[in-house]
Amino acid sequence: MSEALDRRAVVATLLAGRDDALVVSGLGSATYDVAAAGDRAENFYLWGAMGGAAMVGLGLALAQPTRRVLVITGDGEMLMGMGGLATIGASQAENLSIVVLDNRSFGETGAQASHTAHGTDLALVAAGCGWRETRRVADQAGLVGLAAALRTRALFAVVEIAPGEKPRVLPPRHGALLAARFRTALWISDP
Amino acid sequence: MTEPEWPDEVFAVLREADIQQVGYVPDAGHARLIARALAEPSMRAVVLTTEEEGIALATGAWLGGARAVLLMQSSGVGNCVNMLSLPANCRTPLLLLVTMRGEWGEFNPWQVPMARATEQVLRAAGVLVHRADHAGEVAEMVRAAAALAFASCEAVAVLFSQRLIGAKVFVAAGEKS
Repeated sequence: MSEALDRRAVVATLLAGRDDALVVSGLGSATYDVAAAGDRAENFYLWGAMGGAAMVGLGLALAQPTRRVLVITGDGEMLMGMGGLATIGASQAENLSIVVLDNRSFGETGAQASHTAHGTDLALVAAGCGWRETRRVADQAGLVGLAAALRTRALFAVVEIAPGEKPRVLPPRHGALLAARFRTALWISDP
Repeated sequence: MTEPEWPDEVFAVLREADIQQVGYVPDAGHARLIARALAEPSMRAVVLTTEEEGIALATGAWLGGARAVLLMQSSGVGNCVNMLSLPANCRTPLLLLVTMRGEWGEFNPWQVPMARATEQVLRAAGVLVHRADHAGEVAEMVRAAAALAFASCEAVAVLFSQRLIGAKVFVAAGEKS
């Protein structure tokens, strides 16, 4: 068996080919991972509102149908907003992808085992909610394939990552600043 | 009984305000508005599994340059509390249209506790609250709320009182209505 994927390397790989994709990150380590790959105005980091990342992504994807939107979040954050998978599945948004970094634990709060350690398969949940393409990724070859797929179409992916925390890379946490610079980057007047 | 006109007036106000996304949970009081939104090509109606999804949806819409409204019942306000940290922190607009249950001729006691808490919960979470009791004031109030939300970047709720909407009539099998 190959070595478990490193979360920072996973996110760096996925974002290396992002082009003009808009990125929303779920609170906790996913936000630090996205920041570590390089702070951009087109990144919207959640520092709270747990369970909201996927739905922020949907509102954004519907508002910007010509841009690819990528939500990167953790298993715990996705579990808290799991109903959103049904809402997004029903919406059939064609420019919204979600990548769940699954370490099977709540890393931010002491690494207690999450539901995905006890049998919940979020890719199966997404498929059951009508997502047309879902996949699980557990190795480097799968990751490379996922990065390529994300450039061409919307999908839901669970990436199995190694447990353990990384040094925190903290992006700005002032929400009004993050929102205004995001809108400015999209050339929206009155940011 | 003739259908009230205020739901169509509210819909006209939402179009005027350039609302492009309508998040909703099933609700009899908003049924007319939901049907109009679903049939309107300039709007995207999004059915939600829980109200807090709509707060996140509206935030994402604004990030992408679009305006959203969230249609819900008073019973759903409690579901939204932590998610209201999004507009509070991000200074992004939020427009909530909330039909009240549990306050006027209510048959179902399970609706009453959340009805009692609705206004205080919204205010405590930083939402400005208007309350419409009469059909004649609804459209004007929604227009003002939309202006306050989108021009001043505030979270604003309009409560549609149960007296305005009419209490839901429950009839058990075999019982006379």
